[in-house]
Amino acid sequence: MANSLKINGQMLSVDAPEGTPLLWVIRDELKLTGTKFGCGVASCGACTVHIDGQPTRSCQTYIEDVADTEITTIEGAESDVARAVHQAWNELNVVQCGYCQSGQIMSAVGLLTENAKPTADEIDDYMWGNACRCATYQRIRTAVQRASDILEA
Amino acid sequence: MNTQISRRNFLKSASALAGATLVVGFDAGKAVAQSAGTSDITPFVRVAADGKVTAIIKHFECGQGTATGLSALIAEELNMPLDAVEVDFAPANAALYGNTLFGGAQGTGGSTAMADSYLKYRTAGAAAREMLITAAAEVWGVSPSDVTLKDGVLSAGDTSAPIGDLVSAAAQLDVPANPTLKDPSEFTIIGNPDTNRRDNGPKTNGTATYGMDIQLDNQIVAVLLRGPRFGGTLVSHDDSAAQDVPGYIRSAALPPQAGAGVIVYAQNTWAAFQARDSITADWDFSAAENRSSDQMKADLMAAVNTDAEFDARGTPAETAAALKGAAQVIERDFFFPFLAHGTMEPMTCVVAPSETGVTVYDGCQFPTAVLGAFAAVLQIPQEAIEVKTIYAGGTFGRRATQTADYHVEAALAFAFAGGQQPVKLVWSREDDIKGGYYRPAYAHKVRVGLDDAGQIVGWDHRIAGKPIFKGGPFDAALVHGGVDNSSVEGTRDTPYALPGMYVGLTDGKTPVPVNWWRSVGHSHTAFVMETMMDMAAEAAGQDPVEYRLGYLAGGTPDQNRMANVLRVAAERSGWTSDMAEGHSRGVAVHKSFGTFVAEVVEISGNADDGVAIENVTCVVDCGVAVTPDVVVAQMESGIGYGIGHAMRNEITFSDGEVDQFNFPDYEPLRISDIKSIETHIVPSAEAPTGVGEPSTPPSAPALANAIARTGTRVTHLPMAENGVSFA
Repeated sequence: MANSLKINGQMLSVDAPEGTPLLWVIRDELKLTGTKFGCGVASCGACTVHIDGQPTRSCQTYIEDVADTEITTIEGAESDVARAVHQAWNELNVVQCGYCQSGQIMSAVGLLTENAKPTADEIDDYMWGNACRCATYQRIRTAVQRASDILEA
Repeated sequence: MNTQISRRNFLKSASALAGATLVVGFDAGKAVAQSAGTSDITPFVRVAADGKVTAIIKHFECGQGTATGLSALIAEELNMPLDAVEVDFAPANAALYGNTLFGGAQGTGGSTAMADSYLKYRTAGAAAREMLITAAAEVWGVSPSDVTLKDGVLSAGDTSAPIGDLVSAAAQLDVPANPTLKDPSEFTIIGNPDTNRRDNGPKTNGTATYGMDIQLDNQIVAVLLRGPRFGGTLVSHDDSAAQDVPGYIRSAALPPQAGAGVIVYAQNTWAAFQARDSITADWDFSAAENRSSDQMKADLMAAVNTDAEFDARGTPAETAAALKGAAQVIERDFFFPFLAHGTMEPMTCVVAPSETGVTVYDGCQFPTAVLGAFAAVLQIPQEAIEVKTIYAGGTFGRRATQTADYHVEAALAFAFAGGQQPVKLVWSREDDIKGGYYRPAYAHKVRVGLDDAGQIVGWDHRIAGKPIFKGGPFDAALVHGGVDNSSVEGTRDTPYALPGMYVGLTDGKTPVPVNWWRSVGHSHTAFVMETMMDMAAEAAGQDPVEYRLGYLAGGTPDQNRMANVLRVAAERSGWTSDMAEGHSRGVAVHKSFGTFVAEVVEISGNADDGVAIENVTCVVDCGVAVTPDVVVAQMESGIGYGIGHAMRNEITFSDGEVDQFNFPDYEPLRISDIKSIETHIVPSAEAPTGVGEPSTPPSAPALANAIARTGTRVTHLPMAENGVSFA
């Protein structure tokens, strides 16, 4: 079944049956592999993309539910907030294996878009669903605060 | 580490790459020659005709920072900024890239990457520097001592040239047998706390490529329907319902000797998962693990309450005699469950046909085993196999197994598909959680005798669990007198001066496949050692830090280093200072993989009302810290890994079937679980040791010792299933 999707500002047509998770459309059909498969049950956040600006688990979002929406993946994360988050992540050497970090960054961008100056507890609450098996959490917390400072400056 | 370097062992190769290119490295001599059969060259640094310098990294990058650390060694000796040195991963070739600490096999593990590479890479970089300087001196007609090399430019007086101009001349020279290494006082990169990771860019913008991301033309996806019980065999399967799944191709039963399962092929990952879910199968469980966890645990607990199969240190009779004279005996049993590694990227491997044989795309932890697996399954020579090592989405030990399990699956999937098109083997999270190769479950039982003054007079320590190395390729090296070292490491070799110590071992028997898991045996032995030391201190009415220091006062180098990190951790954590109301602290210290780590965990709350981890103070002595921020990151990572699993993770069985399925019931550490970690690296001029694992062993016992201060001593893990609630 042909579906039209707007991803990273581009209208694209993909052939995928109803019930196909957006994650697999993005990865296997559109070859945008920055969005990761971690658990398939919305429990780790590695597959986080933005749908109309809202961080969303693409493994539990289906192709038929995203018509007429704007989807942004890590490859299209280019807002001022996203740039600040990237800079902070690099300054603080957050990444280790890196596999979860696309999802972490998409969530962090969502957080800072909603809340420009989050406290440590607010960061923990918002980022709770993004698992990192390398346990880079302390640096993620610090980097979100650093990105907040970059945006404020 | 012996790093005798001879001219024979160096390579200068202008022909390996088009044009004038200098490739320098060395092998470790005999060890490699003996294990790999050939002894030639090990090129670690490449200088291209355009002057571009590339560090060839002989270890995979799973997040531990090897690409950063090894390229830093090259940049240091070549006097270049680190970001001017490109990074490339080595091909699979043990003769060139073998790990001396693995007897010459090429692989990463046991926190050996920097320990094995420190002198090899510095020597290669220094040799390249000397050759470029000598070439410039000859071309310019000056003395080599008048030529300097800095930031990719050679200079002598008023003459200067970029190194690319001299590569051609340098490639004609003999490789220096003993190049002069930089004096550590001149280091600008090694030890610099401001050194950044090399992989920040691609890992934050989505461009880093992992095995899961490989997309080749005409590629199909393979997943495996595995038997629900380890040791079971496939009787039959029915894929008629899968025929309705769009994208499903076909399925094939694995040959019995290759395991129990059905390979399911589809055009894409989602179709493969859907098709697999619709296939039904019958299994024969007659030789399978059919027990439930209660029985498996009871069997291990019974084994530590009777005579051990093997004596690992001392004798039970001598220790029994010592305990007989004790004023008091403290006694405790311990249980550690099976644990999955839970790498963020599940196992995956892509195999594609090539002109010579096959190309394998893998976050490849153990190239020597992978080559062997593909050669054996596909019946082709190892030379016909090219392994492209790409980023690995975590390992914690999982990507290297002694059977190369997922590589064998990938090779079979490729062969059964006809061998003419690329096949990507994909594990789902459920495959990962239910798929075995776990940290084996272990039981311990310890009885410690104290005299009137609270001093230890005897230590009877029984251990039972399935050995990791016994019967495998490392058996001869790591199993002696029946004792698999990985079952007892951290106990019989403790730096503590313990009188009257007996360590007895009984092997656990189960078809459940087991594997090394971050810190291997230390993942359970440190918990037991540090709990018993804490209980002994408590029984003696002494401070836990001072009590431990009393057993580290013998003046051996290990004792001195272990005592030092413990003292510094006490200072940095304010061990003797007052705490906020409702807070408690616990301490643990352990040596593993040559590295000493002390940790103090400060908690609030208690086991009944909920424990919150307020802060972890970590002090590490890993010899020279080449890239200090990477060391700090590894300490943070290992602490999170150790504490997260100790809090709430276990793999359990009901009638042989794994109960857990995915992260919801194998809940990872979350960002809110540890509020703060402070790491301090003690200055050291000792040779660098590993950092990927050593912060894991002391983390859980330090937490348990803090919880013990609130009145609950937990010695069966996970804590959340054994009487400790977390806030």
